[in-house]
Amino acid sequence: MKQKRRVRVMVAKPGLDGHDRGARIIARAYRDAGFEVVYTGLHQTPEEIVEAAIQEDVDMIGLSSLAGAHRYLFPAVVQLLHERGADDIVVCGGGIIPEDDIKRLKAIGVREVFTPGTPLDQIVRWVEQNVTPR
Amino acid sequence: MASVAEKVVAGDVRAVARLIRDIDDGMPEVREVLKELYPHTGKAYVIGITGAPGVGKSTLVDQIIAHLRKRDKTVGVLAVDPTSPFSGGAILGDRVRMQRHSMDPGVFIRSMATRGHFGGLTQSTRSAIDVLDAMGKDYILVETVGVGQDEVDVVRSAHTTVIVVIPGMGDDIQAIKAGILEVGDIFLINQADREGSDKTLSDLRLMIEMDQKKYDQGGWKPPILKVQAVFDKGVDEFLEAVDRHAAYLAETTGSLNFRGSRDKVRQELGEMIKARLIEEVLIRLTESGEFDRAIDSIVKGKVDPYTACEELVLPVLAR
Amino acid sequence: MPLTFNDKIFDDIKKGREKWEKELEKVFAARPERLPRFSTVSDREIGQLYTPADIKAQDFMRDIGFPGEYPFTRGVQPSMYRGRLWTMRMFAGLGSASDTNKRFHLLVNQGQTGLSTAFDMPTLMGYDTDSPKARGECGKCGVAIDTIEDMEDLFEGLPIDKITTSMTINPPASVIWAMYIAMAEKRGIDRKAIGGTIQNDMLKEFIAQKTFMCPPVPSVRIITDTVEFGTKEVPRWNTISISGYHIREAGSTAVQELAFTLGDGIAYTEEAIKRGLDVDDFAPRFSFFFNSHLDFFEEIAKFRAARRMWGKIMKDRFKAKDPRSWWLRFHTQTAGCSLTAQQPYNNVVRTALQALAAVMGGTQSLHTNSLDEVLAIPTEEAATIALRTQQIIAEESGVANMIDPLGGSYFVEALTNRMEEEAFEIIEKIDNMGGMLSAIEKNYPQQEIADAAYRYQKQIDEKEKIVVGVNKYVTEEDIPVEIMEIDEELESLQIKKIHRVKNERDNRRVEACLERVGEACSGDTNVMEALIDAVKAHATLQEVCDVYRKVYGAYRDPGIY
Ligand SMILES: Nc1nc2c(ncn2[C@@H]2O[C@H](COP(=O)(O)OP(=O)(O)OP(=O)(O)O)[C@@H](O)[C@H]2O)c(=O)[nH]1
Ligand SMILES: [Mg+2]
Repeated sequence: MKQKRRVRVMVAKPGLDGHDRGARIIARAYRDAGFEVVYTGLHQTPEEIVEAAIQEDVDMIGLSSLAGAHRYLFPAVVQLLHERGADDIVVCGGGIIPEDDIKRLKAIGVREVFTPGTPLDQIVRWVEQNVTPR
Repeated sequence: MASVAEKVVAGDVRAVARLIRDIDDGMPEVREVLKELYPHTGKAYVIGITGAPGVGKSTLVDQIIAHLRKRDKTVGVLAVDPTSPFSGGAILGDRVRMQRHSMDPGVFIRSMATRGHFGGLTQSTRSAIDVLDAMGKDYILVETVGVGQDEVDVVRSAHTTVIVVIPGMGDDIQAIKAGILEVGDIFLINQADREGSDKTLSDLRLMIEMDQKKYDQGGWKPPILKVQAVFDKGVDEFLEAVDRHAAYLAETTGSLNFRGSRDKVRQELGEMIKARLIEEVLIRLTESGEFDRAIDSIVKGKVDPYTACEELVLPVLAR
Repeated sequence: MPLTFNDKIFDDIKKGREKWEKELEKVFAARPERLPRFSTVSDREIGQLYTPADIKAQDFMRDIGFPGEYPFTRGVQPSMYRGRLWTMRMFAGLGSASDTNKRFHLLVNQGQTGLSTAFDMPTLMGYDTDSPKARGECGKCGVAIDTIEDMEDLFEGLPIDKITTSMTINPPASVIWAMYIAMAEKRGIDRKAIGGTIQNDMLKEFIAQKTFMCPPVPSVRIITDTVEFGTKEVPRWNTISISGYHIREAGSTAVQELAFTLGDGIAYTEEAIKRGLDVDDFAPRFSFFFNSHLDFFEEIAKFRAARRMWGKIMKDRFKAKDPRSWWLRFHTQTAGCSLTAQQPYNNVVRTALQALAAVMGGTQSLHTNSLDEVLAIPTEEAATIALRTQQIIAEESGVANMIDPLGGSYFVEALTNRMEEEAFEIIEKIDNMGGMLSAIEKNYPQQEIADAAYRYQKQIDEKEKIVVGVNKYVTEEDIPVEIMEIDEELESLQIKKIHRVKNERDNRRVEACLERVGEACSGDTNVMEALIDAVKAHATLQEVCDVYRKVYGAYRDPGIY
């Protein structure tokens, strides 16, 4: 039966910081928007995230970081996806990320960065408009 | 360029992942790939694990993976979680418990949602199992929440079906009896660190022994084992029980390759036909608009559903 | 029972209220109430007006009483801020140990009376800077401490026998504390002379902040070791700072913060008593750490309720006799989660209001967040404004002239009572689950907080709750804020430093020390002396923590959403 493809997203917490309030909330919001959400849990290395994303065939990875390590961790995820030939997986990020860093991250291929205070429906809408299930 | 099937057989993780997605999304193209893969299937040993929400199935699967890896076996996992009936979305939360294996090339973990498959959850999971089998995984673990018939059917098609309960389920055990007791090849009482596991054990034993006659005639008597998944206790004993069950199957059916068993093939083919028929008929009726029109007529009281059904189905089959 | 009000008053109030409500109806008939529902940030519905009828059963001496006296509703010290202001303790930590040391000297020169250390993520999780897990994290949200040498650099030139030091660290708290003690002893300062606090509260980590290393049961065992050791050897040290701050930051309501924090306190007390310690020997050294969130009166009521509840718990439940055991002394930090990246200067105002609530609630010490905290690590300028905020409250506002200024407010007293009641209900639920450890194993607090956090976010999205600059009064242009940059080379320098220390030390001695730590962990010898020896021998933080992980197993995120 031809079904409509469902959006599959991964919500991932790279690095050691344990502030998962945002990640958990966004996971629920995605579910309530009709997406299938795979949550990796805390303390993931970029390698673990990318491998999981590939096995789960997600359309997007949402990375959440609140302790400043995004500068290393986000680019590492983008780079590893590239090495695995999985550039089609959209990467976006959220968390405490300064404006300058957002520019830098976007320049290397992070598609969007959401800072604290972004309404959930705005994030969901962004995904609906920018992520097409394969 | 290698075909999708060739890539899968060669163990290409991305190809496997994408094929399972296509199966899940109901893409008709996958049928050709599955045909091509069929000769490469039938080697894996499939363990189905089910039980009420939160009994510790995923934690258990995580530990089973670790133990199988110690035995040098490769493992594929399909973890099925329910789709939200409100939004159609799902949080697939099983993977969190198993994520420590994500970098192990001998392990492939895939989360699936139950969705509202026309073709049936059973059908798509079975196809996904075939893919992991063709990929060369030695063991395939399938986790479902044992709430609906679909979920139970999924694990039923496994070589060994495992029912997980926890102490203090009391009345729920009665429910198990009504629903899935007869499909269990092994019973696990998980969270045995908690109070009441002896009581659960004797309750379960009592129920199983009601079929004593069957066992006297050489039928498989399901063992009941206590485990503590979070503390990694009892998992080896569990795997030994699986080995014994596998030996029993091999002896009674002649082979672990169900491809050679008339009974299994009859069952599988029957279900496949059922699923395919429903799919084909529903597609046509939906696309032609007949389905919706019939619903209108029934609602307006112009026709009864029995007649409507006959009028819909028979012509399609005649075509 | 001598109640605060007599029955005659209630009759008058009833009549008066009926009359007023009729008037009110007329007003609202012309123009309805501003909101369909008035509620606190925790979604607690608030009535229109409070009168003595809302605190009918209140007995002044029993329920409110005098500061410094049981049940301490009004404060733990008799004099409160008339005697001494609260300690202005600003959390600092960035980059390398010597960078942070410079910031410490600056703060002490500016009049700060206590130091507070933030560690970077690898340190907080028990990894050295050269671990693959630590890549990209060195010095990012605090200072990196790998060996005792870093600890020495951190406190270089600071009078550690005179100032007190608070260290925000949890899973490896015992190891960091051992480094501090060892550092003091190397300087010739007796362990009995040093004072300070380690956070050392693992239960709230499992519940909320998710910085964990080993499973709950062994984690609590190590904590109990530190409590025992502190009681006997380092009497001026607060060995646990029982923290609600992170529970609140994770999205709990005010009552959940209250209940889960005191619930954690109960669990630690029970464990220490099981160890054979007398409650009055250790309970006076327990301190608490709360969040001061946006809802002004709810927060003040929370602080007052917390003191009264802990008093009752200690006196009635644990039969503590020393009044100091009944004291709930607490540090407060303003709510980081309430700050917005949009229009960041508004954060100064938010923080000021939250600080005011903490002071009116009688906090013993206070950290005020910097306006740029939500963007990056605070710049020096932003941190100074935050400190000045406290100083303005202390010196200019007049608030500190009066002890418990809101005591007797019908509203605040009613709120205090209600919150106490609800929190005790939650604590009872936890007791029925077999205590906090098993409640955590059942993910009970985690799930409750996750639900509350989602509910709140939904309310913001639906504009049921207003966040200025975010869902109302939104402006397009962003005011540029200066951002603190962390030296990206820090990581490689720090790695070089560890390698040098490892090269210079006596590895055989390190191994022997680590072996002793392992033996203490698997047996029931208190682990602290072995730790102090190990860090003196230059064992690294991770080497010690790896012993913990090996003996007890690593704890993994159960992933509750
Ligand atoms: N005390 C105890 N807790 C356990 C044990 N095994 C699992 N748990 C806990 O039970 C909870 C649920 O575990 P899961 O593995 O997610 O259970 P599940 O059956 O897969 O859950 P669903 O997929 O949501 O149906 C977790 O918090 C586990 O840590 C055990 O042996 N003892
Ligand atoms: Mg599960």
